[in-house]
Order: sequence, then C-alpha cells, then structure tokens
Amino acid sequence: MRVVIEKRQAVSQSARILVPLISFVLSLVFGAFLLFLSGVDPLVTYAAMAKGALGGRYALSETLVKAIPLMLTGLGVSIAFRMLFWNIGAEGQLAMGGVAATGVALFLAERMPSWSVLPAIILAGMLAGAVWGAIPALLRAYLKVNETITTLMMNYIAVLWVSHLYHIPWRDPQGYGFPGTAQFPTVAWLPRLFDRVHLGLVLAVVAAAVLWFVLQRTKWGFEIRITGENPRAARYIGIDIARNIVMVVLLSGALCGLAGACEVSGVMHRMQQGLTVGYGYTAIIVAWMSQLNPWGALLVAFLLAALLVGGDQIQLAMGLPAAMAFVLQGALLFPMLGGALFAEYRLRIIRTDSGGAATAPGIGMEEAR
Amino acid sequence: MDIALFASILTITLRAGTSLVYATVGEIYAERSGILNLGVEGMMMMGALAGFAVAYHSGSLALALLLAMLVGGLLAAVHAFLSISLRANQVVSGLTLTLFGTGMASFLGQRLGPGGTYLVGLIGPSMKRIPVPILSELPLVGPSLFNQDILTYGLYVFVPLAWWYLYKTRPGLYLRAVGEHPQTADAMGINVAANRYLYTILGGMLAGLGGAHLSLSYTKGWAENITGGRGWIAVALVIFAMWDPLRSIVGALLFGGINAIQFRMQAAGTTIPPALLNMLPYIATIVVLVAITWWETLRKRIGAPAALGLPYAREEKG
Repeated sequence: MRVVIEKRQAVSQSARILVPLISFVLSLVFGAFLLFLSGVDPLVTYAAMAKGALGGRYALSETLVKAIPLMLTGLGVSIAFRMLFWNIGAEGQLAMGGVAATGVALFLAERMPSWSVLPAIILAGMLAGAVWGAIPALLRAYLKVNETITTLMMNYIAVLWVSHLYHIPWRDPQGYGFPGTAQFPTVAWLPRLFDRVHLGLVLAVVAAAVLWFVLQRTKWGFEIRITGENPRAARYIGIDIARNIVMVVLLSGALCGLAGACEVSGVMHRMQQGLTVGYGYTAIIVAWMSQLNPWGALLVAFLLAALLVGGDQIQLAMGLPAAMAFVLQGALLFPMLGGALFAEYRLRIIRTDSGGAATAPGIGMEEAR
Repeated sequence: MDIALFASILTITLRAGTSLVYATVGEIYAERSGILNLGVEGMMMMGALAGFAVAYHSGSLALALLLAMLVGGLLAAVHAFLSISLRANQVVSGLTLTLFGTGMASFLGQRLGPGGTYLVGLIGPSMKRIPVPILSELPLVGPSLFNQDILTYGLYVFVPLAWWYLYKTRPGLYLRAVGEHPQTADAMGINVAANRYLYTILGGMLAGLGGAHLSLSYTKGWAENITGGRGWIAVALVIFAMWDPLRSIVGALLFGGINAIQFRMQAAGTTIPPALLNMLPYIATIVVLVAITWWETLRKRIGAPAALGLPYAREEKG
C-alpha cells in the first residue's frame, strides 16, 4: 500500500476554506501546549489576547492602528509577488518612507502653505519607498541580481539609517536624553478618524481598490498577471518583463513607503524607535495568506494585527513574552503552507497488490485553470 | 599595521566568522540538493538558545552542541516536509521558519532560566580557547589560528571535508545531480526526495551548530536577537561562495573581518557613528552579489543549482 499525491480535476473550494480553519485550530493547540508547558493557563491567556485585541472600542482601534501598516505593506508585497519579484524589502521601504516623511515634516512643513504639507509628506514617503525598491528592481531586471538577498540587505541598511538619524543628526536636543526627533508641527499630523485610528486606514482601502482595479481591469494588470503565471508565455506575446518588474516594484515600494509615512505622521508624530518593528516581514505573510488578493490582504492584515496586539497585551497584563504572537503566526502558517497542496491535489491510497498504476488524470489542469 | 593589531583583528575575524561558515556550508548543501531554506536565521537563533540553555542547566558543552544541532535539524525537517513532500512555496516556508524560530527563541529565552525566568544576562559554561602547543607560538598567525575554541578548529577539517564530499565522492555527485536535474537523477535510480530530506536536515543541524557557537563562545550568553542577521548573511554568502564550501571561508572571513575592524575602531574611539559602520557588511554583500552576478552572466555560467527552489514530483515529468 502506498500513498500518492494526484492532481484534482478542479481547485477544491472546500479545501480553500477548510485549510485555513484547520490551520488556525492547530496553531491554537500548539500554542496552548507551549503555554501549558511554561506553567500558564492557555485558556486564560487566549482570552486575554482576544479581549486585548478585539474586546471593546479601545482594543479594536489599537488593532486597526497596527493593521494599517500591515495592510499597506501587505498590498505592496502582494503586487510584487504577482510578478514573481520576491520583495523581502518592505521593511526597508517602509523605513525610508518614514525618513522622507520625517524630513518634510521637520524641515519644510513650517515654510509651506499648510494645505500642502500632508500631500507633500505622503508623496515624499511614497517616493522614498519607491526609490529604495527601485535599486533592487533595476538590478534584478537588467543584471539578473537575486532580489531576495538585495532587498533584504537593504532592509538592514535602511533600519540602521533610521536609527542613526534619530540618534544623532535629527535627534531632538530637548528630548531629555530620549532618542527620537522633535515632535512634528501639528499641520504635519495625519488627521484621525476616531481614537488613534488615522487617515491611513482610508488610504489603505483606496490602495486596495486601485490595485484590484489595475489587476482586473487594465491591460497593464493583465500583463502583470500573465507574467506571474507564465513568464515564458508573457515573453512570447511581447511583454517587456524587465520594464514591468521595475514599474511594479516602484508601485510596491511606494505603498510600503506610504506605510512608513503614515506611521510617523499618523501614529508617532515623530521618528523614534518603533518605526521598524517587523511590519515589512509580516507583510510577506499577509501577501501569501491572502493569495495576493488585495481585499484579502486587508482582512488578513487585520487578523494578524489582532494577534500582535493580543501578544502585546499578554506581555503587559500577564508578563508573558510578546513573542508568543510570532510563535502563533509561525504555527498558523506551517499547516497553511502544507495544506495549500490540498486545494489542487488529493491524497490517494493505492494498494500495491491491485496492480493498478497510479495515474494522474488531471495533468495540464494547471494551465487550464 | 603593527603585528599585534593584525593578530588581534585576525583572531576576532576567525571567531566572528566561525558561526557563519557552519551555517553557510549547511545552506550550500541544502541548496545544492535543490532546497532553498530561508530559515537559517531562525535555525541559528534556536541553536543559540538551545545550546546555551542546555549548557547552563547541564553544564555539558558536548550535550549543548548536540542539542543545538538536533533543534536545528528538527526545524529544517519541518521545512523539508513542507517543501519536499507537500511542495509548499519554499520562500514563504523558509521565512516562516525564521519567524517561528526567532519568536520561539525569544519566548523560551524568557522562560528557560532558573525557575521559569529569563535566560538573558546569565553566565553559563562557555567554550574555552585551547592553544595548540608549538603552532600557537608561530610568528604572526600562530596566536590567531591556533589559539581558538574547538568549533573554530573544527573548520580546518570540516570545510575541506565538505568540499571533498561534494565534488569527489559518489554521494556528493548524487547530491549535485538531485539539485541540478532531478528528472535525470530519478531516472538514474537516485532517490530525489530522500537526498533532499537528508541535506536539508543536515543544513539545519549545521545552522544550529553555528548558532550555538554564538551563545557558547562568541558572545558567551543568551541575548535577544543574538544572531543579528547572521543567518541572512549566511544565505547571501552561499551566493557569494557560488555554492562552493571552500569559497564560503573567504566570504565568512571577509564578513568576520568587517566585524573585527568595527570592533577595533569602536575600541579606538573613532568618530564614525556605529550605525554607519554596521551598514558595511550589508552594503558589501550587495556590491559583491552584483559583481558576481555580472561577472557570471558575462561568462554565462552561474553556479546556482538549476532546480533550486523547484519541487520535484514524478508525475509532472515532462
């Protein structure tokens, strides 16, 4: 008797729903086991996490605040992944967006007409993110340099640059020894919708709508989808892949840069520690879990943000490591990654004595999908 | 440059480079078999944690190294299962491994100290430097090359051995075949999946060992984010080394060297901000990567295994 994996005739819709559900349950079970071993009541911990992230207006607004950068970077990473450009560099692009926005807010805002300050901050952030993404994009498109490594290395450079700026040249002399820039003038504050939730939420929803429209309704979107699904076919029908890579990564970097601009101008009102806390890496998970769907990215970003806020809450309230959130994220993703197979394949147990060879009836279905 | 300064830089270079070499060679083996594992950072982190925790509680360094390798291998086995048996996306799976490994290490680092407390800041047993008689008194390089800990000495044997195995033995040939052209390897009767499992797990064990060198020798203790991106540098070094174990030494020494020079400059009280100095290894990686890719494209010969990152399943032959 042996087990073979064979292709399904059509993508299984039930697997698409069941796999995330089962993965979620498995991750909770794994986390519970870990919590139990370290001597705390898993149920109490989970309840505290859920309450801290979703219970009540304050909790929800905090989750939304954390969801905004995840949404924007998640969207940015998704669009790059569509082109099979493995942009691991969202973190650095976010950081550089934050730097540019801070530069405008600190040094130009007071000399500009007040109506132009926020647009300038947003544009500066997007531009800086795009430029930071353009370097690896150009290297990949024209010199074939592996983008996974370059985008990643550029994260470290950007994060160190941010920390250098607020520790030394841009440090607030009146900051009581606390490293960070001076507070932005109020004209440079992104307006708030309610509680701490700022305009970035609207920008994220608009960005998702724009991406959805571009992908589904424009010729360029068609080119992006074809290139991602079948690069060889894309080349045959005359799509300029190199140029498209650069364009898409500019867009991707701009969205990540926007996330950084929103963080400094909407949440912190200055640049300090806490700008680069790993949103750009979680963004990769957002992109993958949402299957690169813009609306899905918004939803997944919200859920992962809830997990992060829940993690912070158990650290504050129960003294448990906030890293629990990352452990749970990992434990959630592993079964999801493994389960992704079952949407397109199924397992079949074959008795060796029956003599029936394992056949794969659905070969070629991938193209037909 | 005076001799004492040179010797001290060389000593620190070797000490800083040791963990990198183990992790890099491990990743070279995994990638040569066709499996891209971006989880090196997570595996090193868990190796560092497991190594220190075991050494602290048991007092046995041998047991600590063994467990660090075991933990690294276990994590790699998860990646292997997902990417080989379940054909999952290797980039995402590797990233998840890093996320999970660093999260888990941070979590356990706050629970595995005496009585469920922090491990951070505790002093445990560490690997001693053992001078080799006579050799360590050689002029110039003697004190640097022959007054190190066991894992650094291990490199002198391990790296040539890794090279020899890869290029001069039959299993090494199989390993390269599996990563280069799995269909042909399969037709030759080589078990593609078994080979890939073996070398992915071996790669994880080596990453775990590299991590343990950090907590048991280089920094002597557990700290949050102890690896500081070394796992990622190892992934970059694989390309730098063009998938050749011998060349990984050059890359690792270069990066260890930048660390060492930084160390000296900070000690000498330079006015260059530390953050800018810390950028150097990352900028250098990009420059080297661009140079190598450009050079290799010119020669039309890039050393990357042809089937790297691609799942292999028989019925999709064609």
